[in-house]
Amino acid sequence: MQTTAQLDLTFAALADPTRRAILARLAEGEATVNELVEPFNISQPAISRHLKVLEAAGLVSRGKDAQRRPVRIEAQPMAEAVGWLEAYRRFWEQSYDRLDTLLAEIQSLTPKSGGKN
Amino acid sequence: MPKPLTITLPSDREIAITREFEAPRALVFDCWTIPALIRRWLGPSDWTMTTCEFDASVGGKWRFVSRGPDGFEMAHGGTITELTRPELIKSTELYDMDWTGGETINSNRFTELAPNRTLSVLTVLYSSKQARDGARATRMAEGLEMGFQQLDRLVGSPPDY
Repeated sequence: MQTTAQLDLTFAALADPTRRAILARLAEGEATVNELVEPFNISQPAISRHLKVLEAAGLVSRGKDAQRRPVRIEAQPMAEAVGWLEAYRRFWEQSYDRLDTLLAEIQSLTPKSGGKN
Repeated sequence: MPKPLTITLPSDREIAITREFEAPRALVFDCWTIPALIRRWLGPSDWTMTTCEFDASVGGKWRFVSRGPDGFEMAHGGTITELTRPELIKSTELYDMDWTGGETINSNRFTELAPNRTLSVLTVLYSSKQARDGARATRMAEGLEMGFQQLDRLVGSPPDY
């Protein structure tokens, strides 16, 4: 289990869409920095900065190979962050989907005067 | 179609749940304040509300008890501190089993985007960052298994080094 400080780093790292896209790419398999530069169309220093944030959050790690230093996704912090948000989200999505149904039902029973159902 | 629900952390002590509904604001408000309506939707579909009380007045009490598919019961309640139909419900909330980090102040603000479109922003304010993160840890534990399952699908087996 991560500490609160680590979780804060995780959430901050996940808040950026480019970093989420990098994680999505890494979910398909490890990649070198150069391999990440191509699809994202941003500079290598910018990619490296994003990777530093992701690494500090424990979301990615760098391989030992001195030449390539491949980047790979780290499963556990990601799962913990996703897990917490997903549980919260699941409760409210299920509730609000049921509320949608109820709202539609009530509105179908009380058509607006002179309007369509 | 309404936009999907979003969950954000607006400050160190808050969690905000935002969602749009295709209904007039007063109707959405009523679904939050009339027990016969609340019990029709609040909670996952495989849970049942066994107690649903909501005294819709300032100073009024509310109390919900829900039973899960495995018989597990969860009870929470509080006091309504502000009530302005159809725009704001503010109340305190405390769970009987206080594993969620103490009392929270919940504000649900309804905004009319169009005559038949309502935005609901529910903000849960914890007494401290530690309290919110305690709740976060609980929620996290609940969702952990699901998270790992999703991640397993996403990443497959980890590479060997």
